Amino acid sequence: MFHIYCPHCEDHREEEEFHASGEAHIPRPLDPQSCSDEEWGEYLYFRKNPRGLHHELWVHAVGCRKFFNITRDTVTYEIKEVYKVGEKPSVTSSEKNQ
Amino acid sequence: MEKYSGFGLFTHSLSCHENWQRVWRNPQPKKKYDVIIVGGGGHGLATAYYLAKVHNITNVAVVEKGYLGGGNTARNTTIVRSNYLWDESAHLYEHAMKLWEGLSQDLNYNVMFSQRGVLNLGHTLQDMRDIERRVNANRLNGIDGEVLDAKQIQELVPAMDCSANTRYPVMGASWQPRAGVARHDAVAWGYARAADALGVDLIQQCEVVDIVTEDGAAVGVETKQYGTIKADRVGCVVAGNSGVLAKMAGFRLPLESHPLQALVSEPIKPVLDTVVMSNHVHGYISQSDKGDLVIGAGIDGYNGYGQRGSYPTIEHTVQAIMELFPIFSRVRMNRQWGGIVDTCPDACPIISATPVENLFFNCGWGTGGFKATPGSGHVFAATLAQGEASKLAKPFSMFRFYDGSLIDEHGAAGVAH
Amino acid sequence: MTQKNRIQSGGRVDRARALSFKFNGKSYQGLQGDTVASALLANGVNVVARSFKYSRPRGIISAGAEEPNAVLQMGATEATQVPNVRATQQELFDGLVCNSTNGWPNVDFDVMGIAAKVGGSMLTPGFYYKTFMYPQSMWSTYEKFIRKAAGLGRSPRENDPDSYDHIHQHADVVVVGAGPAGLSAALSAARSGARVIIADEQSEFGGSLLHSRENINGEPAADWVQKAIAELATFPDVMMLPRSTVNGYHDHNFLTIHQRCADHLSDKAPQGQIRQRLHRVRAKWVVLATGAHERPLVFANNDVPGCMLASAVSTYINRYGVVPGKNLVLMTTNDHAYQTALDWADAGRKVVAIVDTRPNPEGDLVEDAKRRGLHIITGSAVIEAHGGKRVNAVSVASINENGESVTGKISRLQCDTLASSGGWSPVVHLSCHTASRPAWNDEAVGFVPGATIQNQLTAGGINASYGLGDCLKEGTAAGNEAAMNAGYDVSATAPELKVEAISEGAPMALFHVPHSRPTSRAPKQFVDFQNDVTAAGIELATREGFESIEHVKRYTAMGFGTDQGKLGNINGMAIAAKSMNKTIPETGTTVYRPNYTPVSFGAIAGRHCKELFDPKRFSAMHKWHSENGALFEDVGQWKRPWYYPKPGESMQDTLDRECKSTRESVGILDASTLGKIDIQGKDAREFLGRVYTNPWAKLAVGKCRYGLMCGEDGMVFDDGVTSCLAENHFLMTTTTGGAAHVLEWLEIYHQTEWPELEVFFNTVTDHWSTMTISGPNSRKLLSEICDDIDLDKDTFRFMDLREGTVADVPARVYRISFTGELSYEINVQANYGLYVWEKLFEHGAKYNLTPYGTETMHVLRAEKGFIIAGQDTDGSLHPYDLGMGWCVSVKKPFSFIGKRGMAREDCVKPNRKQLVGLKTKDPLTVIPEGSQAVLDPTQPIPMTMLGHVTSSYYSANLGHSIAMGLVRGGLDRMGEAVFYPQPDGSVIEAEICSPVFLDPEGERQNV
Repeated sequence: MFHIYCPHCEDHREEEEFHASGEAHIPRPLDPQSCSDEEWGEYLYFRKNPRGLHHELWVHAVGCRKFFNITRDTVTYEIKEVYKVGEKPSVTSSEKNQ
Repeated sequence: MEKYSGFGLFTHSLSCHENWQRVWRNPQPKKKYDVIIVGGGGHGLATAYYLAKVHNITNVAVVEKGYLGGGNTARNTTIVRSNYLWDESAHLYEHAMKLWEGLSQDLNYNVMFSQRGVLNLGHTLQDMRDIERRVNANRLNGIDGEVLDAKQIQELVPAMDCSANTRYPVMGASWQPRAGVARHDAVAWGYARAADALGVDLIQQCEVVDIVTEDGAAVGVETKQYGTIKADRVGCVVAGNSGVLAKMAGFRLPLESHPLQALVSEPIKPVLDTVVMSNHVHGYISQSDKGDLVIGAGIDGYNGYGQRGSYPTIEHTVQAIMELFPIFSRVRMNRQWGGIVDTCPDACPIISATPVENLFFNCGWGTGGFKATPGSGHVFAATLAQGEASKLAKPFSMFRFYDGSLIDEHGAAGVAH
Repeated sequence: MTQKNRIQSGGRVDRARALSFKFNGKSYQGLQGDTVASALLANGVNVVARSFKYSRPRGIISAGAEEPNAVLQMGATEATQVPNVRATQQELFDGLVCNSTNGWPNVDFDVMGIAAKVGGSMLTPGFYYKTFMYPQSMWSTYEKFIRKAAGLGRSPRENDPDSYDHIHQHADVVVVGAGPAGLSAALSAARSGARVIIADEQSEFGGSLLHSRENINGEPAADWVQKAIAELATFPDVMMLPRSTVNGYHDHNFLTIHQRCADHLSDKAPQGQIRQRLHRVRAKWVVLATGAHERPLVFANNDVPGCMLASAVSTYINRYGVVPGKNLVLMTTNDHAYQTALDWADAGRKVVAIVDTRPNPEGDLVEDAKRRGLHIITGSAVIEAHGGKRVNAVSVASINENGESVTGKISRLQCDTLASSGGWSPVVHLSCHTASRPAWNDEAVGFVPGATIQNQLTAGGINASYGLGDCLKEGTAAGNEAAMNAGYDVSATAPELKVEAISEGAPMALFHVPHSRPTSRAPKQFVDFQNDVTAAGIELATREGFESIEHVKRYTAMGFGTDQGKLGNINGMAIAAKSMNKTIPETGTTVYRPNYTPVSFGAIAGRHCKELFDPKRFSAMHKWHSENGALFEDVGQWKRPWYYPKPGESMQDTLDRECKSTRESVGILDASTLGKIDIQGKDAREFLGRVYTNPWAKLAVGKCRYGLMCGEDGMVFDDGVTSCLAENHFLMTTTTGGAAHVLEWLEIYHQTEWPELEVFFNTVTDHWSTMTISGPNSRKLLSEICDDIDLDKDTFRFMDLREGTVADVPARVYRISFTGELSYEINVQANYGLYVWEKLFEHGAKYNLTPYGTETMHVLRAEKGFIIAGQDTDGSLHPYDLGMGWCVSVKKPFSFIGKRGMAREDCVKPNRKQLVGLKTKDPLTVIPEGSQAVLDPTQPIPMTMLGHVTSSYYSANLGHSIAMGLVRGGLDRMGEAVFYPQPDGSVIEAEICSPVFLDPEGERQNV
């Protein structure tokens, strides 16, 4: 069970207070109507799903209800950093295509 | 292939079992194959077997980074059923079910397919509407099934609390008598042995590190241990790691890898003769022939390749089982484990051509892969043989996520995704 | 006293407190301080079990968690049965009742055992894969017999009378194991002021020191243990947990500790106590001081009762005052086990011989034994044990230096006990729970913990440090380091502990004792006792091609027992490695998973079952509903009134009455459970326009509007009415079950996509009680208790809201309708709900005010063709599929959520499933919900299905059945016939029609 630091509450809390909400940094296309079906499908369903570093969105669901980002290793489950929505991760993978 | 039988066992016992044949060879890979299957789990091995048996394509290699059947084949809760809602998936899983029904004889390997029936419980009025809908659809698709009420369920499963005293009393269930469980390892081994006998090379401890392409078409795989192995067609059947392989080939798949956990009790005397699944309270349970209560959980919500999930998921599952079977309170949990499932947004698999020519993927089975093993292998073999999706595979194209023709089976998954 | 193996003095048992217990129906006596195992041994009980496959008699082999044989059924009553209790870990209490789990008619005389002697040679690993295949139909019969033979104990058939607790803990340092390393770690951490939890699976702290004859600071080790415990007790932030097993070590230093609070007292917890407690602990640092398990040696017939672990024999003598036999042969690969022979001799019994597999053993204990005149046979091994239900002799022969073959003549030694030691395996299990792989250590002949990302330290036996001095030193260091890492000052030094060093010769790496015959032809040499896995079986597996250690494990079932291979796995891996000419590290280990030892499901579930499995939510009027005969429906966590039957009414009678009263006069529904989200901010309106499919820009203050919500895929997932309370203030309603999801969905869009919009969301579901009065008399009724709102039909119009008082309670009143009748939804602060509800009934009696539940609500709305999201939708339908294109505004400038999705190729193709009304040919026939539509009822299976019936009722108001359902291309098929084949073979014919069955012009609400 993860021990997660909520950057809004500024406290470590148990995973049970949070929900994982999938990959972070997937902006909604600004003009959906100009997207092709393929582009819209990519936005909706296609994910990096990396084996290794993953930037992901979590919500402090039964806490402050705020969303925030986590950089986590999907193999070791180590949380490398926590940062607020709108901020950039400082821990990034050196691999391309990430 | 040496034929297995009770008589054979007896004859071998006279020579103290010193002369059994190997179940499969340990070949060095050739330079080139007609088809390379990446992934030596149940689905990959079944694909190889049917390529050789049905399509006469025997110049086939299965490359496996670990040991045969060591991924989700070795980690699932062995439930087999075909009572899916939508036509596309119902036909696919029922195709698998028919193959299951003769599999031990076909492979000459006892996969212990035990048709002890599966109950999918309903606890709310909407559950019951969904069950009626699915059972009606199943029936008209030629899949066995009926709707049972709480009293009938209690007779089938005396150990379960079907009274009104629980938080979510059991209102009814769908019942598929032909469904059941099978011995998961035996499925992989049976297919491996039979495929090997037909000439398929099973290459273990061989990790694919790249898909080799020429002019946008796959021409082989690059492996860590044996360098390049060429092939006319490459089929990836690497549940859990499909995204990693797709990345090698330069595209993404509409799926994410999640931990899926399961657990077993200590072995106890027979107490549960069917499979019981409840989507509403989130848990499912059966008893293995060895006596263990085999209990499944929902997936963990985060992406994970660690073959383990979080403890609260185990806890909630056990709570659900206690809700259904309060008498198991003093039985003890022996062991838990986890697999990596690739989950598709519509809880249906992908059996598909890809943006890379001659490269095919069979993935995205989520929590429902094991039960499909023979069918999945059968249709994927046809797909690889023809170079295009076979009839049953067609609806499961990865491109359905572009045009929107999803097949939403969330309701049919044993547990909520 | 019949405890023939009990010695007169020594040990930690209380000879003044005799306890009675029953085993296999026979009464015995033991002592306070015994385990069931030590009490059975004291009484000279040899056979405690029959093995799973070959039905061989089995005795107690160990004294701890690694015991594979002495696994018993315990319990004096049906409800307190406990299956698979390890006798070596169960403390004896007065009145304990236990039984062997296999063997018929009993363990001493077992019919299966005779059969297995004949047929056993066919029962190789995986024999079941090779047979029972023909004919196919017979498998279920074979399976019945296999299932009966398998399994150990049995589940109780009655509900557990006991309770289980969870406790959440945070600790600076968790120390696992309270042997010498663990105690010294806890002491040093505690002295720094750190918050420490130390847990040990045994009934008392001390570990090996409880049966050790060594001294610490010149005092008996057990005395030091008492002092250490006493000192730990002085620290307020130290929690000591005996009888508590750390069974899982999870990510981010989360541990689960299974504490058995009452298992040592009775099979049912004393009144007011809980049986077991599960500690869920988050630790800053963890010190694993889990020690090591002794490995037995694998030789022919090594399962005959009387074959035991050397250290277990010592434990029984020194801790329990039980010498489990008369004449001992000890076989060892190492110095340490010599202690067992010394202990045996000290107890006054005969040591027949020490058989050392090493040619030239040397070390302090060896010298001791020599001095004592014990007979030592070097360079030799016990290659076979003899005897049926008890060892009566062993065969000894010299072996070559690497232990691979028998080199000399075989001689026979008479004895009744054969203690063996193949060295020690560090208990690395917990360190592997988060995927760290253990590392092989050649020198120590064992796996030690590998690299980990956990905040974990290790000390003592787990590091293959077996000397007492090393254990204490490593423990102290680890405790200090852990406390320091957790932020504590550890500069104060503690006095060093003095221990007399014992010099030990090097152990020999021997896992499989050779026999004069090849393994396949030698008598069975057991590796995993519980699953009857033999050395020959492992060799056969590798010969057949099962070459991965995981394959070996799975093919032979090695390590799958309740001991999870604690005793046999390392031997098994070594045997597999050798048969493939590989090294042990090349072969590797299988993966250790939680639990370290089994944990009751009850303890895992804690209090979260039965009534507390999931919270129940009730509206403020719940009491009234109950008192007025309502039956309830579970909707999400809510208990909603389903219908209110009167005595003698069938369900249909009730629905007919409720439906008719409502349309004829006035009915009332408790709608409090609908989700309510308060939305404020200057951009609230803009936000609504983005998340609903229809326009919101012009909704005036005091007006309401119905809205549909879609996902980005264009599929409807929720709906509801949202009202404008003020220019920047809205109240959104959602479905009962969808409320939490909708709120999170609003938040994610706001927080991640459109943070620039100034808008705030808050759930107010529980703040309000909502009662809907519906029917032609609803205005009259309302007017009687509401005089500050002008209810005039042209002033307070349909889809208007007003604030005022109802029954003198401040209220928001909405004129909205889900029934098609004139209808008012009255919202008051939740704690006034019941009061206002009762006031309405006070005044409503003359209008025959009729309470109705969800079922009548469903009928009334279906008469009007209104959908219920989640019943008439399933996530695969967009608004046009539902015939609700009127609710989609394509003109809105912002591309609202769902707009792009519903324009995808598949979503705009013809012949999609569409929601339509259905009128049965026979007006009285109600199509069962879930029925599937076909065009040609005579088509053979598989039939082409067009869609299913989503809602279907008998309408008393209309006098015929009504239904809604999906039909492919249904909106263009009005008037066509569709057929619904039923399970009984009948077919129901229906005509496709508009789903609005009643008052299509909407005149009833426009009054």
